[in-house]
Amino acid sequence: MNIYGIRAIYRFEMARTFRTLAQSVAAPVLTTSLYFIVFGKAIGSRMGDIDSIAYGAFIIPGLVMLNLLNESISNASFGIYMPKWAGTIYELLSAPVSWVEVLFGYVGAAATKSVILGLLILSTARLFVPYEIAHPVWMIGFLLLTAVTFSLFGFIIGLWADSFQKLQVVPMLVVTPLTFLGGAFYSINMLPPLWQKITLFNPVVYLISGFRWSFYGVADVNVATSIAMTFGFLIICLTFVWWVFKTGYKIRS
Amino acid sequence: MPTSASMTIDNAVPIISLRGVNKTYAGGFQALKNVDLDIKRGEIFALLGPNGAGKTTLIGIVCGIVNASSGTVIADGHDTVRDYRAARATIGLVPQELHTDAFESVWATIAFSRGLFGKPPNPAHLEKVLRDLSLWDKRGVKIMTLSGGMKRRVLIAKALAHEPSILFLDEPSAGVDVDLRHDMWRMVRELRENGTTIILTTHYIEEAEDMADRIGVINKGELIVVEDKDVLMRKLGKKQLTLTLRQPMTSIPVGLSAWSLALRDDGDTLVYSFDSQEEETGIAELLRALGEHGIEFKDLRSSESSLEDIFVSLVHRPKGAMV
Ligand SMILES: Nc1ncnc2c1ncn2[C@@H]1O[C@H](COP(=O)(O)OP(=O)(O)OP(=O)(O)O)[C@@H](O)[C@H]1O
Ligand SMILES: [Mg+2]
Repeated sequence: MNIYGIRAIYRFEMARTFRTLAQSVAAPVLTTSLYFIVFGKAIGSRMGDIDSIAYGAFIIPGLVMLNLLNESISNASFGIYMPKWAGTIYELLSAPVSWVEVLFGYVGAAATKSVILGLLILSTARLFVPYEIAHPVWMIGFLLLTAVTFSLFGFIIGLWADSFQKLQVVPMLVVTPLTFLGGAFYSINMLPPLWQKITLFNPVVYLISGFRWSFYGVADVNVATSIAMTFGFLIICLTFVWWVFKTGYKIRS
Repeated sequence: MPTSASMTIDNAVPIISLRGVNKTYAGGFQALKNVDLDIKRGEIFALLGPNGAGKTTLIGIVCGIVNASSGTVIADGHDTVRDYRAARATIGLVPQELHTDAFESVWATIAFSRGLFGKPPNPAHLEKVLRDLSLWDKRGVKIMTLSGGMKRRVLIAKALAHEPSILFLDEPSAGVDVDLRHDMWRMVRELRENGTTIILTTHYIEEAEDMADRIGVINKGELIVVEDKDVLMRKLGKKQLTLTLRQPMTSIPVGLSAWSLALRDDGDTLVYSFDSQEEETGIAELLRALGEHGIEFKDLRSSESSLEDIFVSLVHRPKGAMV
């Protein structure tokens, strides 16, 4: 194992984060605060409780997930896209590092950053809404698992993309709709029966449901299913990355 | 300590060895055709060839940036595909293009390189590399603020950060001023003295003539010559005798057709080319014959062809012609 190699990549990526700390942290925290003001306070005060949870509190796990997904994907995809774009990837390709080590470095850094951000958003939320966490260990577990999985997904997007447009198209056209329709702002039980069925094809439903369960002990879908689905997606992403590195697809000519 | 016997064996085993290496790019273009090449331990090897000949492709295959379509590459005893870790750890690469991390500092980027290649931190070594390249004063600045030549130095520093025993320099002198070129070549010689094997490409043939122990010429993906520089110069070098005539001539008299003569400068000079290896140069006979034809000259000069001339003649030689 090339530990120094992993450390070099991880540090490089974290340095990039800290260099752009203001954008990386301020923007999501600000947006989330706006959500809490608008949905939590202004609209939420007119909404009834869902599953006997106040609406303002109900949306917290979903909002954190929303940010976690977006941040994980954009951090990781940008992290690997940049060296491809700038040409500095030559060094990574000529270095004695395996794809596992590359993943540890890039995905590790992207996940670290989004977990930090997730926790920051949770703390910000506390300023607006009182909430409790029923299963803190599971909460952290979901946070980590989701951050890693979607950082991996972002890494794949970054490998695949050959333009800045492509880099943004998947997050915008796929991930944002899926998170909004994934029950961040409502319980899927509130949907008409047909849509309740259709929505189960959306992987984000399982993430948000499981995460919300760790807060309030209530879930839209079975918690075990949530965990299994997240792991399943993680394994799919891992297999894909392994294949990419094995064949050199899109990175080695 | 290795015994002297094992040293000789070590020196006999090539440090890099390519066998039957082919490369066809995705578009179907064949950039390398069945390349066999051995690089000797501790030598400076110059790879020459016109634009698009396949130099960068060949380097890319050895370094792991390009996948070969077929063939094998052994670097320091390790297969570069199956045993890529060990192979790559010994290699440093200075790429042709100036690819740098714009927002990083010089120090951060070379520390990164060292780590990436699996070496524990060693600030003393990094300091030495930066000082040797006159970059020490710039260690704290962002790379994007450096000039092109400075960025080239940063790339060299990155390649040397992990103390490689094989160094690839892909056109290191492109866009580099005279001072840096001198510094760089001094450094290359120093590295060689410390046992580093150096493979370089350049379009400044006189540099190769100056620096290299051996020369390889690649053209259209084919390695057409690999030879000791001195042997190559002797074997393919031509000598020329240039005569400045008193009276300009319009054509070469038929009686002189036994010599390979050419008229230059509107008939003011007569040039005789001959093979430097021949015992008999034919100069004495030529001068006598000139006298018989009443051709007088006011000056006479002889010159040897440079590696550049040899290179040009090799690359433009019809396919299949023997060396
Ligand atoms: N990624 C690629 N895809 C397709 N063709 C390529 C690719 N890279 C290089 N080539 C082609 O392969 C040939 C060899 O290119 P290479 O860069 O190895 O040449 P070179 O000898 O280094 O030239 P130069 O002196 O200009 O640097 C060229 O015809 C080039 O167009
Ligand atoms: Mg080149």
